[in-house]
Amino acid sequence: MNTSSAIRLIAARELKVKIKDKTFLISTIFFLLFAIGSTVLPAVFGGGASSVAVADSATATTLRGAGLEVRQVADNAAAEQAVRDGDVDAAVVTGGGDPSVLAMDEAPSDVVNALSVAPEVRLLNPDAIDPILAYLVPFGFAIVFFFTSLTFGLQIAQSVVEEKQTRIVEILVASVPTRALLVGKVVAGGILALAQIALIAVVTIAGTQLTDNGALLSMIGPSIGWFIPFFVVGFVMLAALWAAMGALVNRVEDLNGVSMPMQLVVMVPFFLVIFLSDNKPVMTLLSYIPFSAPTAMPVRLFTGDAAGWEPFLSLGVMVLAAAALIAVGARVYEGSLLRTNGKTSFGAAFRDKESRRLADLNN
Amino acid sequence: MAPTVNRPYDKINRRVGDPGPSRRGPRRSIARRTTAKPPVRSLIGMTKVLHLEAINRSFGDRRVLRDVTFDVTAGRMTGFVGANGAGKTTSMRIILGVLAPDSGEVTWQGSRLTREDRRSFGYMPEERGLYPKMTVRDQLVYLGRLHGLSLDTVRRNVAELLEWLSLGERADDPVENLSLGNQQRAQIAAALVHDPDVLVLDEPFSGLDPMAVDTVVNVLRERTHRGVPVLFSSHQLDVVERLCDDLVIIADGSIRAAGSRDSLRDAYTQHRFSIVVGGDAGWLRDQPGVSLVDLDGARAVFDLADDADDQAVLRAALDRGPVRSFGPVTPSLAEIFREVAR
Repeated sequence: MNTSSAIRLIAARELKVKIKDKTFLISTIFFLLFAIGSTVLPAVFGGGASSVAVADSATATTLRGAGLEVRQVADNAAAEQAVRDGDVDAAVVTGGGDPSVLAMDEAPSDVVNALSVAPEVRLLNPDAIDPILAYLVPFGFAIVFFFTSLTFGLQIAQSVVEEKQTRIVEILVASVPTRALLVGKVVAGGILALAQIALIAVVTIAGTQLTDNGALLSMIGPSIGWFIPFFVVGFVMLAALWAAMGALVNRVEDLNGVSMPMQLVVMVPFFLVIFLSDNKPVMTLLSYIPFSAPTAMPVRLFTGDAAGWEPFLSLGVMVLAAAALIAVGARVYEGSLLRTNGKTSFGAAFRDKESRRLADLNN
Repeated sequence: MAPTVNRPYDKINRRVGDPGPSRRGPRRSIARRTTAKPPVRSLIGMTKVLHLEAINRSFGDRRVLRDVTFDVTAGRMTGFVGANGAGKTTSMRIILGVLAPDSGEVTWQGSRLTREDRRSFGYMPEERGLYPKMTVRDQLVYLGRLHGLSLDTVRRNVAELLEWLSLGERADDPVENLSLGNQQRAQIAAALVHDPDVLVLDEPFSGLDPMAVDTVVNVLRERTHRGVPVLFSSHQLDVVERLCDDLVIIADGSIRAAGSRDSLRDAYTQHRFSIVVGGDAGWLRDQPGVSLVDLDGARAVFDLADDADDQAVLRAALDRGPVRSFGPVTPSLAEIFREVAR
């Protein structure tokens, strides 16, 4: 049997086990709800144009011209009553001189704007982004990458520890190369994670279609498209490290301790991207750091801050970093997998000679 | 198989039918004075023999194995006994390629082990483990396939093994729901699922009730009849005594004795006697050639020097009064082990 069929068998087992796993099912449902919420909610809250009651016909024409829903009433008193009754969002009363706007508890900005003489506006970013979306999109990318790499990463680590803890690893290593085990696990985790985010992407796109927000789709589509390759590279890079962390300990209980650095590596970029998403220099920097690039670069693409070549460069940087980190992760994994006496330090696992001697022995 | 005696730590004197020079002194120094015979090598390359040659291994400063050399022969059950920490598990892990030796090598049918060879080995590690949440059948199929078998063959093997090991009813339960004894059976099935060419089992009987031991013994016997060499370690010396054809005794990382069970037993039988006399047996202390092992009033156990005549001792006893019983002591494996491993 060759290594690739071993990898296939190993990945197939991992998939079969994970797909029945509650954590996987719950996280998938959570993300789906999030995707639906973030695409449908802005349409709901945005609420469309205000309805306005007005007596004066000239004003009514102006307001209609601004795209508002205008109800013509007999006089100012009737207009005010319509607001009080909640029939309309606002009323415009013209007491001979300048018009004034009546509303219950919130100034209707679209009505005010329609009656104002606006200064000349030159939008530097003409594709205006709904402020809710401007917040939700970075949050969406960040949370998908954060949770997916954290939950799947932890699961990969757990699956490694489980094999160590039960010592089935000795049976496995006696029959298949160590690297096949590692690759099989990462491949299975990657397939599931990708399937999960693809599902989320589909639901997001469908959600924007349903809410009849074609413009939104054209804005968010390319960043989702870019998010996927970034995600895949970032996921594999982290997964190899997660597997290495799992191999360092002998018991699932000890996993939390060793995986702390990994959790930080995932969590810090998450918070940076969420809290600093409007800080352009920081976001530019983050979009080139391999750990935060999977989130930051799609966000910058969404906000239109990134030039066309930037995602390619950033992805290139990530691929290099991933290659290096996968090599480190694989070495640590192999160096610690068969160490069953207590916790192994990262350095000791990295320097381990046993695994290389075994590799020589088996060649 | 003749006893294999290993330099320089041998303790077995090939006394069977070979009185040798009469240099027998106090019991414990027997072997140290004997001339070592070289290991039996003629079998290597001819039959299916798993051979360990001068394996050394240290963990840091601690030397765990010293020149460990022994054979596991086709169609024979080889019992591997030794105290905790003597080096049994380390040796087995080296055979399976889970651990590398510092020096020495393991050969199978005369050539150095490769990964392909090892894939055809069946292994039961010291600490048990299967995937807790996977069903017995699923993981046996998985392990069989990892060992390179086709799905059809694996399915057939699994069904057969589950039947043999009386696990059929629990086949579709997750392993974690099984009793410890049944988990142990599943573990044995895991070692056997791919029809291994060699079996290496670390404590296969621990945690089994006597019935289960018999079941497993039958399964292993069936394998040896097919010509599979089986190496198994155990603390249950009575089981080893009953089961093994060959015996390897390890202490402090070196092989103290290796050979067929019967030849080892014979080697330790010849010169120990027990006697029950009418009066006090204390006079034996002064009898030439006798070294007392145990004295309890009228009962005594003693070793006899090579040149001493057991009948002379008997006559001396009869001169002093009645002799209720007199005869050679057949040592149990536990006794041989205690003596050899000391």
